Amino acid sequence: MKWWKIGKRDADLERELQSDLELEEEEQRERGAAPEEARYAALRAFGNPSLISEQTREVWSWDRLGTLLRDLRISIRTLARQPGFSAVAVLVVAVGMGATVSLFTVVWSVLLKPLPFDHPEQLVRLYESSERFPANVVAPGIYGEWKRESRSFSDLALYQDWPQYNLSEGGALPEQVRATICSWDLFATLGVQPRIGRSFTAEDDQPSANGTVILSWSLWKRRFGGDSSVIGRKINLDAKPYIVIGVMPRWFAFPEQKVQIFLPVYHERTPEQMAQIDNHGFVVIGRLTPGVSREQATQEVSAIVRRIHDAHLDRPFMSSGAGIRPLIDYLVRNVKPALYMLLAATGCMLLIACLNVANLLTARSAARAREIAVRKVLGGGRFRLLRAQLIETLVLFSVGGAAGLALAYAALRWFVITRTDMVRAESIGIDAVVVATVAGLVLICALLAGLIPVLASRSGNLVAALQESSRSSTSGHSRTGVRKVLVGAEVAFTVVLLVSAGLLLKSYMRLRSNDLGCATDKILTMHFTLPEVHYSKPAQRVSFFDDLLTRVRALPGVDAAGLVRAVPGEGYFGDGSVTIAEHPPLPQGQSLLAIVRWADPSYFAAIKIPFLRGRTFGSDQRLDGAKEAIISAEFARQFFPNEDPIGKHLIGFGRGSYEIGSYEIVGVVGDTGYELAEPPEPMMYFPIDAGIESGAALVVRAARDPESLALPVQKVIQEMDRELAVSDVLTMNQIINRSSLDASFEATLLAALAGISLLLAAVGLFGVLAYLVTQRRTEIGIRLALGAQREHVLHLMLLDGLAPAFGGATVGSLLAIAAAQLIRSSLFATKPLDPAVFAGVIGLLLGVATTACLIPAWRATRVQPATVLRSE
Amino acid sequence: MAKRTPERANLLQGTLDMLILRTLLYGPAHGHQIGKHIQRTTNDFLQMQHGSLYPALHRLERRGWVTSKWEMAPDRNREFKYYRLTDKGRKQLVVEESQWKQMAEAVARVMWPAAEES
Repeated sequence: MKWWKIGKRDADLERELQSDLELEEEEQRERGAAPEEARYAALRAFGNPSLISEQTREVWSWDRLGTLLRDLRISIRTLARQPGFSAVAVLVVAVGMGATVSLFTVVWSVLLKPLPFDHPEQLVRLYESSERFPANVVAPGIYGEWKRESRSFSDLALYQDWPQYNLSEGGALPEQVRATICSWDLFATLGVQPRIGRSFTAEDDQPSANGTVILSWSLWKRRFGGDSSVIGRKINLDAKPYIVIGVMPRWFAFPEQKVQIFLPVYHERTPEQMAQIDNHGFVVIGRLTPGVSREQATQEVSAIVRRIHDAHLDRPFMSSGAGIRPLIDYLVRNVKPALYMLLAATGCMLLIACLNVANLLTARSAARAREIAVRKVLGGGRFRLLRAQLIETLVLFSVGGAAGLALAYAALRWFVITRTDMVRAESIGIDAVVVATVAGLVLICALLAGLIPVLASRSGNLVAALQESSRSSTSGHSRTGVRKVLVGAEVAFTVVLLVSAGLLLKSYMRLRSNDLGCATDKILTMHFTLPEVHYSKPAQRVSFFDDLLTRVRALPGVDAAGLVRAVPGEGYFGDGSVTIAEHPPLPQGQSLLAIVRWADPSYFAAIKIPFLRGRTFGSDQRLDGAKEAIISAEFARQFFPNEDPIGKHLIGFGRGSYEIGSYEIVGVVGDTGYELAEPPEPMMYFPIDAGIESGAALVVRAARDPESLALPVQKVIQEMDRELAVSDVLTMNQIINRSSLDASFEATLLAALAGISLLLAAVGLFGVLAYLVTQRRTEIGIRLALGAQREHVLHLMLLDGLAPAFGGATVGSLLAIAAAQLIRSSLFATKPLDPAVFAGVIGLLLGVATTACLIPAWRATRVQPATVLRSE
Repeated sequence: MAKRTPERANLLQGTLDMLILRTLLYGPAHGHQIGKHIQRTTNDFLQMQHGSLYPALHRLERRGWVTSKWEMAPDRNREFKYYRLTDKGRKQLVVEESQWKQMAEAVARVMWPAAEES
């Protein structure tokens, strides 16, 4: 029988029974019964027609679908009859599902889904390794050797994705764009072709070639209006001409979404730079030849590095080996722990939601105990009842799951918009895998939440159930026991979430209040890079710097201005190696490493970095005359223990971004953090007026609102060079916000999850105690009638309700200790076992639990003995 | 539905099926007629339960032993659902009859062994 015939068959049966019943009635009448009498007699002889049709349908129900559909209909009807219960349950499930599905989608899309390239499992990233830097970026000379000698890779490419270029072309506003400079075979290695135009060739990738550039899809759409005739057009990058040869596909976001143009690296860098073997600055990726394992490849590239290392023992920064990791691991390295932590947290919340629904269902099945017992006595099969219950739960969770999916969709839209900075954010979306996972989760959760109440009710025997519900003076202990355990578990998981959230919040606040070592209020910063073409001579750069500072200082509302390569909190940027002239020579192959900053004499005063000793650069520190250096307190502490650094000389190796030579230390300044979360590293400052650096950050201290200065300052730069663009126009506080974005995001999200869980646990507690009070009304009435004090009743009920909260809090604290160890690496200046957080959480939890229990407990004391006893 | 002891259920079910098939051997009949016929023939010894009659009829139809059709009753000016024996049903009746006979004889041998000897 097909399901669409069911309706017809039903009607047919009704008609058959009806006609036979009427015939019976007629016969009764023919035998002389009065019409009304005949009707009842017929019914008596015939039996209950609905029962008969029910039993007859049973015959048909050999086909499972029929019964299933019927159970489904019944359960929907049952749920619709209790809209309050159903709405709460669906809401709880939807919130739990929504959060879990959102996070799962992010984890799946970002961490697990294969990269959108050809045979992504073959793609690896290669590292140089040394004792000090076990996974370092690669020097271009090493890449050259690998490329020449290694047999493990079918393709090997290198790139750098942080250079900024000044993009300008005929009349349009100039802008700073992020570029990837790469070997010509990067796209071939990934197995990607430009959407329009052509890819780089080996001929493009050499110093003598004409400049070529490939655009990202978004730049092409935004700046060139998606016009295909852009291929072959000339654009200016850092004031040099380049021909556009291609546009990458829309989905292509490698290595990051922010990269807007691609340039061939051997054209961008000099042959000398590309031959360096100890200036590590490139990412190298490769495609393993089929059949070659990562271990074999590692051995091969490691041996090559080792050989070069042994031939250059005098170089302090040569690596001694190499390592290989899957490319995807490298791309997602920064987000992985946080995402898994958040996924675990949402999973925890989903579990709490499930327990909560199980709790509600247990409460309801308790209320329905009599109905169920009656059904059993009348022969309702255990399996049938179980199935009916499970179908009901499944309906509940399916609706909740669908709502959760909708919630997740909205949450993900929001997430993708807020967190564009996250790697692979563009790949986040709900796909078949996610939907299948939702279906699986719905099934698992429904089974979990559906089976608990059934198992709880199995233990009681029928007679007891019937007797019990006929007299309500005592409650089913086993069932209340189950509910108490459920609530206890909810509380325990809530404690875990609350503690984790508390730790992250504390860590975030510590991070925010962490002293960068400089002024953070009323400071405006912006970056610019002077293009080589127009500013090839140091003197040109220095005169630009001078002119800029003079003009900016003249603006109304500007208190001070200075220049520096990078302001505190912006990142590591460059480092350099030095030796100290006055110290005994270091063993061969060793030198001191410190962060390098180029600054003008007024920078320190402008951003309020204090001088601990000495003075700032003299006004004569210009061009070739620049021979002074300033060091940070940490530099002095590490490299000049117990001696006065002033007057000593730093000898530079010329490796990295500053010149060979001797610099006299004239001052010691306070430490500044290069990253908000990192402890200060030794830092050395050189005069920017040497004119070697072409890029700088302008630091402006405002009298009042720093943001109101952004436009006037940018206008000044425009007036000085119409084609020069500025980037990262940010106040110091915005820089801090940006560096603490991850921490704030994690802490906020986890706090929200913990808050919802707390609410769920409180509702659970409230529900259990309210139920208990209702069950024990008679008992309380008798107690009161016998002279019990109302305060005593209040205490009694409160203790009853709080017992699972205490138990849960204890177990939860133990679990939280374990969980805190897992998030240890995300914590900044916060101990995983922070007593304040633990005490605060437990205090908060018990406070909420008491509040949740107080209402039903208070209601218990309002019981009127007379009313209760009368109703018995 | 409810669990029954299988042997007993089969016996009863089988018997009822056989009685219905036998009744239909006289010609097509609707549910009410079948019930009345069995009741009358056994002198009301077998009180026909409609609750088992209709499920049995539908079960027989499912198995293809009877077919049903809405037809005008000759004595009443109304349509009834008439059941008619199929060829398959006829064969089944023979099988069930012989099974029943064997069983009745077996039971008889146990119950009245002396009668057997004589």
